[in-house]
This record gives sequence, structure tokens and C-alpha cells, in this order.
Amino acid sequence: MDRIQVEHVSKRYVLGERSNTAGELVTSALRRLTTRRARSPQRELWSLRDVTFRVSEGESLGIVGRNGAGKSTILKILTRITSPTDGVARTRGRVAALLEVGTGFHPELTGRENVYLNGAILGMTRRDIARRFDSIVEFAGTERFLDTPVKRYSSGMYLRLAFAVAAHLEPDILVVDEILAVGDAEFQRKCLGRMEEAGREGRTIVYVSHDLDSLRSVCSRAMWLEAGRVRDEGATAEVVREYLRSGLSSADSGTSLLQAGPLTVTSVEAGPAHAPGTSVVMQEDVTRVTVCFTLQERIPGLDLAINLTSSKGVRVLDQALSDSEHRQLEAGDYAMSLEIPPVLNVDTYAVGVWFGTSHVDLIDEPAVTSFTLHGSDRGRPGRVLVTDFPLSVERV
Amino acid sequence: MPEADTHTDWVENSASGSTNRGLLGTLWESRELVGFLALKDLKIRYKQAALGFLWVAAQPLATVAVFTLVFDRLGQVDSGDLPYPVFALAGLVSWTYVSYVVTQGSQVLVENASLVTKVYFPRIAAPASTLLPPLADMAVAAGLLLVLAIAYGVPPTWHLVLVPAWLLLLASIALGMCLWLSAINVRYRDVKHALGPLVQLWLFASPVAYSGQGLDGVAGWAYALNPMVGTIELGRWVLVGAPLDGRDVAMAAIIAVVLLVTGSRYFLRAERSFADVV
Repeated sequence: MDRIQVEHVSKRYVLGERSNTAGELVTSALRRLTTRRARSPQRELWSLRDVTFRVSEGESLGIVGRNGAGKSTILKILTRITSPTDGVARTRGRVAALLEVGTGFHPELTGRENVYLNGAILGMTRRDIARRFDSIVEFAGTERFLDTPVKRYSSGMYLRLAFAVAAHLEPDILVVDEILAVGDAEFQRKCLGRMEEAGREGRTIVYVSHDLDSLRSVCSRAMWLEAGRVRDEGATAEVVREYLRSGLSSADSGTSLLQAGPLTVTSVEAGPAHAPGTSVVMQEDVTRVTVCFTLQERIPGLDLAINLTSSKGVRVLDQALSDSEHRQLEAGDYAMSLEIPPVLNVDTYAVGVWFGTSHVDLIDEPAVTSFTLHGSDRGRPGRVLVTDFPLSVERV
Repeated sequence: MPEADTHTDWVENSASGSTNRGLLGTLWESRELVGFLALKDLKIRYKQAALGFLWVAAQPLATVAVFTLVFDRLGQVDSGDLPYPVFALAGLVSWTYVSYVVTQGSQVLVENASLVTKVYFPRIAAPASTLLPPLADMAVAAGLLLVLAIAYGVPPTWHLVLVPAWLLLLASIALGMCLWLSAINVRYRDVKHALGPLVQLWLFASPVAYSGQGLDGVAGWAYALNPMVGTIELGRWVLVGAPLDGRDVAMAAIIAVVLLVTGSRYFLRAERSFADVV
């Protein structure tokens, strides 16, 4: 018995040029009059292309794929947040989604009030919530703060309470997106346990994660999305193995082209330094970021930089060529690479590039590609650096 | 319980349309969510205000005082048999409710954008929830009105029995407008900027501070096209026994139905792209 049927689903997003303001409407109309082409080509992005799959009752399906492969879009379609451009998605039974923990929490309301509000937003009835209230609070471990506004909560408490509400939905279909990226190790274990439990209770689970270990423990079957299409589907272990093997060779791993005058960036890649051509980086690996570019002519005073931004938006690193050497680049093809020692905490980092002179920024793209450091945060998810500096204590 | 069939029915999401149950069905289904959203609004509304809930009473009283000064003392507006402050407050009760709901409700989807893009819930619950909180203000204002009326020697009448009919008319007009405006506002934020002056214009085109009765022929019909004309008159008739023109009320009812039917159709069609556009 199927719980989910997805048939030939495609989803198109239109980027940029959205004629939204009167000014834009007028200028786009003028442009249409003056240029010969009937319509200026809009930048379209097919987030999903002809995706078909089924999930039966009690089955758990894991979805893997790189950023931008369409994983989140498929979840948004399953949960009816957005509708497909083409094709049809059907679900049978109550669908509950953990797409972003804590959306719908209001900072001014108390923990208790938020539990009821959030429960209602997620589709629970007042009776359901009342019945599960005690177990929600116990799961979150926030009994003492029930009547405190959640704006006074620590981020950990906030998260625990939010997940606890969602975890008690008891849906027929549970859709989970990358929630385990947050919270401490113990809490993550608790969440994972809750999902495995849901699976044993015969609920259908669709789970998206970069954490391939948790994916393997929760899901029996997996689907690999690449550039909006299903690249592979089957037993989780095999799909994950294929996915890891593909490494950087696949087309969507962030080879976006940037250009400014005589300067063309042909590729930006990030991966483990010890195994070129693959893309899975463990926390204890040295990460190598390589930027390939072509210089058609000499640009006086040209400087280049690579920067990293953490998933919380912190610029953790920004290193320019002029920091170490000052050399005038002649026309030609170049590969610039930066090796980052294993000091960063587990997280997903956006890799940005900057090209410019002291007068002008030629290219400033903060997120050309990204990489994820896998592994354990050793119980301290809040820190940016994992350090082992000399630390001592002496009696004085 | 509607929950029983949700376990077995297929719910479809395709380009041509999602499974939905129309306006009334969806509203009934999400009644608890509407309640919780409304409760949230009420709880946070006067959270950082020193006078807190007192504002609910202070606002209508201040407006009536201004109206009395401007329209009664300076402008000599004819309020029929009713003392002017009673007349004005009776009109203001209807007006404040509708203008509040329309102003707040048209923004509700944009203000809750993070919710709209991250969680599926019946979208109609968001504008619908704005119908409830101002009922509290209205109850306070109506209480003030009764006190004021008795103080001026205007006794309550049997018309009070028809308060529900008046409330239904108010809520229908407010919701109909909200459905249109909130859905349009997702795509064109112009709604927000246009609404301020338009609502002001609407106030002067509605018989809040003055009496709209006595217009004959085409002018009367045209004036009654503003659904607030019949609604405010009905409110005055129900609350303080002012005279009533049946034509105006009938017009208001017809327009309310038209607004609701077209508004919900537009909303239910537009809602499928809310998450992509907002």
C-alpha cells in the first residue's frame, strides 16, 4: 500500500527579472518594444525534472544529493507548501514536516503557549496537544521554563522544545529535512531515536540529510537526486556508496562560471586534499579549495582572495594572495588553491571568491560552491574552531 | 471528526490544483488554528504598552470626542433623533472593526512569510484569524456605547436580538476584502502603501461621522454600492434604534456575498504560489 506517489514531477523557479514593481513593468515593456525579440529570456531554474517515485506504508526513504539538487523542493511539494510546475504528487494520510525547527514560535509567548500554537500550525488539534503535552515537555526537558517567554530561552532549549512538538505529531507520513544539523550530540541522538521509533511504529518517513550515517540507520531505501533528476535509487547502503564515489566528478558540484572583463573563473572546487576528485570531507581532513581562472590580459594590481562563510553566516576565513606574496599575474590560465588545516568545526561552509584591485571589486561572490565537514562536533556545536591549543592549569 | 478520512484519502498536489474543500470547509477544518493565531495576536498586541488593555477603551472614546468636536460643534452634522456622540460611536463600532481587519489582514501573509514558506497549513486560516481579535475591541466599544446611550436617555431596543446578523455582515465584508488584499499583497506589496490613503477615503465615503440617509434615486443607489453604508446603518439600527433603509442593507449583503465568493476563489487559486512568490 503506497503512502506517497510522485509522478513525473517538475518544478521551475523563475530567477531574477520578476516584473513586480510598476517601474520594472514599464521598463520591461519598453525593452520588449525596442528589441526585436518578443520576450527577454528569463532566467529559469528547473529545481526538479521529471521525478517519479513511490513510498509504501511503513517504509523510510532517504534522499541524498548536493546542495541545489532539489531535495528541499521535493519535500516542499510532498508537504504541499508549494505546487509542482508539472506532474502530480499524492500523499495518503496525515503529513507532518520538520523542515525548519521552530518556525511559528513567537518570542513573546511562553513555552506553554508556543507548544499549543505550534502544534496547531503543524496540524494538531487542541485535544491532541493536551494529551501529549506532558510527554512533549518531558522530551524537551524544559519543565521549569514553561511559563517563561521563549525569547528568554537559550537557543538549545528553544530548539529542544520546538523539535519536541514536531516529534509528537504522530503523522502517517513524516518528512524530515536536515534537522539534525543543529543541537548537541545528546539531543541529536534523541531525535534520531525518535525517528527510528516512528519507523518501527509503521510510519512512512522521508528523510533528507547530509549526515549519511544517520540516513543509513533510519532509511532502508534511498534516492539520489542530482540537478533535479533521480540519478539512482535502491538500498541505502548502495546508493550512498555510489553517491560518495561520484565525488567531484559530477556536473553540479559548483562549477558556476563568473566573468568580469578579461577575467573568467572556470571552476571553484572544494574537497579533501588527500583524495583529489572526491567531495566528502571529514572534520579531521585537510580541505583544499581550488579556483581555476583565465586571465585574457594583465590587470594592474590584481589581487585574489578565497573566503569561507559558515552556515550561520559568519565569515570564518578570508585570505588574499597579497597576504603572502605580491606578484603581478600575466595573461594565462591559473589554478589558485588554498589548504585549510583541520581546525573548523563540522558545518556546511560556503566558498566565496573575490577578485579585484585596491580600487575596484571585479568579482565578489560569497557562495560559489560549498562543502560540508562531516564528523562529530564533540558536543560543542556552537564553536567555529576545533582547537587543541596549549592549555594548562598551575597552582600560583 | 474529519480526521478519520484523512488516513485513507489521497491528497493531490499538481500544477492544475490541490485538493481543497472550498472556503467554508477549509475554514471549519482549520477552526482551531484560526483560534490559536487569533489568541496569539491578542496576547502580544499590548505586550510592551504601558497602558495595555486600556487602549481598547481609550481609542474609540478619543475618536468620538474628536468627531463630536469637529462634526457636531463646528460642522453641525444632522444626527437625527440621536445625540451626536451616541450616533458617532454607533457608527464607529462597525467602521473600526472592518478597517482594522482589512488593514491587518491584508498584511498577514507577508508578515508570516517564514511560516508560509516553511510549513503547510490552510493558508486561509491566516487572514481568517484577523477577524477575531478586534471583536474584543468591539465588545468594549459596544459596552461604552450602551453606557453612553443610557446616559443620554436612549433606551436599548428589541433590535439587539439581531446583533448576530450585523456581525455576520461585518465579518463577511471584512473577510471578503481580506482574502483579495492579502493574496494580492503577496505578489504586489503596493497594497500596503495604497491601503492607508484608501482606507481614509473610505472612512469619509462611509456614514460614520454623518448620516448617509436621504439620498434619492441614482445617487442613493451609487452611494449604497459602498457596503459599509448598509452595514453601518444596520449597526446603528441594531445598537441604538436608528432608522434603517432596507435597500442599503440588501445592497451591503449582496456585495458581501460577491466579495466572499470572488475573494475565496482568487485566494484558493493564488495560494498555491504563495510560498514561491512571498
